[in-house]
Amino acid sequence: MTISLLYALVGVVLLGIGLYSLVIYSHLVKKILALNVAGSGVFLFLVATANQTSGPVPDPVPHAMVLTGIVVAVSATALALALACRIHQVTGTTRLTKNEPE
Amino acid sequence: MSLSEILQPVTLPAWIVSLPLLAAVFSFVLPRIRVGAGIFTAIITPLMVVFLGREIFIHGAIQMQVGGWQSPLGIALYADGLSAAMLGITAVVIGSISFYARSYFSGVAASRYFWPLWMFLWASLNALFLSGDIFNLYVTLELLGLSAVALVALSPTADALSAAMRYLLVSLTGSLSYLMGVALLYAANGTLSIKLLAAAGLSSPSIATAFALMAAGLMMKSALFPMHFWLPPAHANAPAPVSAVLSALVVKASFYILIRLWLVIFEPFINPSAAQLMGALGAGAIIWGSVQALLAERLKLLVAYSTVAQVGYLFLVFPLSSIHQANQTAWQGGLYFVFSHACAKSAVFLAAGTVIYSFGHDRIKELHGIVRRMPVSMFAFALAGVSLIGLPPSGGFIAKWLYLNAALTGGQWWWCVLIIIGSLLATAYIFRFFSRAFSYSPEVVEERPVPWIMEWTALGLALCALILGFIAPAVTTLLDAGNPF
Amino acid sequence: MRRENGDGLDSQTVKMMATISVLALTSVLGWTVWTLPPFSDRMQRLVASNMAVSGVENPVTAVLLNFRGYDTLLEIGVLMLAALSVLSVVPSPAIFSQSPPSPILILLLRLLLPFIIIVGGYILWIGKYAPGGAFQAGAILAAGGILLSTAAVPFNRLASKAMPFAMAIGLLTFIVVALATMMVRGNFLQYPVAQAGILILVVEAAATISIAIILTLLFIGGNPEESSTAKDEGDKAFIIDKDKANK
Repeated sequence: MTISLLYALVGVVLLGIGLYSLVIYSHLVKKILALNVAGSGVFLFLVATANQTSGPVPDPVPHAMVLTGIVVAVSATALALALACRIHQVTGTTRLTKNEPE
Repeated sequence: MSLSEILQPVTLPAWIVSLPLLAAVFSFVLPRIRVGAGIFTAIITPLMVVFLGREIFIHGAIQMQVGGWQSPLGIALYADGLSAAMLGITAVVIGSISFYARSYFSGVAASRYFWPLWMFLWASLNALFLSGDIFNLYVTLELLGLSAVALVALSPTADALSAAMRYLLVSLTGSLSYLMGVALLYAANGTLSIKLLAAAGLSSPSIATAFALMAAGLMMKSALFPMHFWLPPAHANAPAPVSAVLSALVVKASFYILIRLWLVIFEPFINPSAAQLMGALGAGAIIWGSVQALLAERLKLLVAYSTVAQVGYLFLVFPLSSIHQANQTAWQGGLYFVFSHACAKSAVFLAAGTVIYSFGHDRIKELHGIVRRMPVSMFAFALAGVSLIGLPPSGGFIAKWLYLNAALTGGQWWWCVLIIIGSLLATAYIFRFFSRAFSYSPEVVEERPVPWIMEWTALGLALCALILGFIAPAVTTLLDAGNPF
Repeated sequence: MRRENGDGLDSQTVKMMATISVLALTSVLGWTVWTLPPFSDRMQRLVASNMAVSGVENPVTAVLLNFRGYDTLLEIGVLMLAALSVLSVVPSPAIFSQSPPSPILILLLRLLLPFIIIVGGYILWIGKYAPGGAFQAGAILAAGGILLSTAAVPFNRLASKAMPFAMAIGLLTFIVVALATMMVRGNFLQYPVAQAGILILVVEAAATISIAIILTLLFIGGNPEESSTAKDEGDKAFIIDKDKANK
């Protein structure tokens, strides 16, 4: 088991933890955090992939993918948090209301 | 450097993506020109798409390597008949709705942000349909998802905000699943280019897992049953122009990616039972969506559940195309569904929006006799309903006819039964609203006068759904350009 | 799959279903990762062989700004879109406290901010040769912006007028450069080899400004200049008035 493989598997485990928490918790901020953890898992997997080159130089393309991914994740998290704030301002709760309207 | 050099057809894909992006930037920085920028884009982009389509029709698929770098180093923009058709329907629908939105949002504070967000949505759709790189598709998917959520959240009610939040969470989960699939594909094959992946002769178990992940994520974003729960609240509570584009185009964009990946990369390597599974989920969507539409109390909710049902039809294309003789017909049918539903559903949502604009609510029980007060919108609703039910001579009829053909040619008669049941249910829920609209109403209802452009835009889109029924040969020839199937 | 705790399904059932499916998913994924074919060096060697014409010396910057610059263009678009969305969703920020900031914070700001600016500029410059570049520099500058906003330093009038433009300058510069190179050399975002380095620097500089402003704005979480009344009035046009309709 190489180091890269270990990191890749940890990434997969993080993805699982994130998805599990997303389903289980009903508080909006916890759901958003869960998505971030899952995203970090995917990024860790990508970084581990970059490290698997045979020479000393890692593959720069996954690094660029992770950079882009982090920026996209930050943007999405910001929007999600702003929505959660607004929901709290308007309804006073931090949980999503029941699905079916009327 | 003459004008003809600048405007070579091979540069059109770049302009088609850049123009809405520039419009978005300018409409945010200079709020005074936001409506003008939007309308300008709504006129020029369809023209560019027409030129691109003509070019593809005559000369075949166009490929542009961004930055001049060959794949796998760079990103490819690839435009064949399928992309051109998707770009075309996007241009028609968003262009028309832009005119509607101009009246709907006039004088409202939210319009400050509507136009930039709207242009970002259009840019993301264009970039998505032109992309030939799986990671680039991820970025465009996120651009699309965020702009769609922000547009839904423009409506200030608590229901709309909750719906937007739910939509965002589902959308992000879907994108993440898709991204993990992309990472697996890259780890196994060392390239992100769709064309190179197709040629790579993939065979490790990573292919099935990557497909499962990407398909699951894309199905979530297309609201395929049973992951459809986010769609009815989001589409019902958003402002009407936004609901129209969400049902018409945004859920189709992830479906398009799924088709593309299936056709180019995955189909030879995936167990055929996966196709049957997708078809089964589609069947569930048709039944469940139609039943819920029958039970809905509000017009926009009825229409949103109708979208859930119609998305089910889209996914029938996978099992129908698995038999070799039926392959071409099935794909044509599936795409015809995409186009006719885009026109018909946007027309219906715009008409529903006009109803809300005029009467302040959309509770079906109380909408007696509105055909007298807004005949144009009701006529648009009727024409669009013809296409949704699948009666000739509409685009919806052509789509269902192609599907029935494919099912019978392939010996899969059970899909025929399903399609007929689906059409009957659609008739039921469309007429449920119609019987109210045409019933006698003695009471005087207070209403707000409706700008004529709003009603006529809805009618125009409904007529497009009908016209699609007449131009089938031209459309199928365009779809074949570049041999996507 | 996703249900709220307490309504609909029994939460024990939900937990069990979720545990089983996530365990299944994780094990399948783990097994897939274990059995991945050996990774090929092809991409890394391809990048290395094209470094000479890329205009920079750091391979990640070359991939990000040159070879796959289109992704970065769209990504800056995503950032700007996020800022737009947050501005549209939240009318006024809750972050500013009414009480005057503590003198310790002010002293800290006085000491740190010049360094933050210098380090940010350095990171932007060094991106050509070593890890660094627009996003990293933008994040560092945004950290300064966040410190400023926690100290409740009010924006001056000129800054708030310039804010939309500052937010947009990154994306705008990138698109203009891309279109200009297309008109000159015939391909979107194809830098002429001799000017590649300088063009990349220009794009990165503009992007740094935008990223810093946008990230600070995302932290503030709303338009600092917006008062709460303006948004409420405009939106009454959308609200379906339930009381009125129930008569």
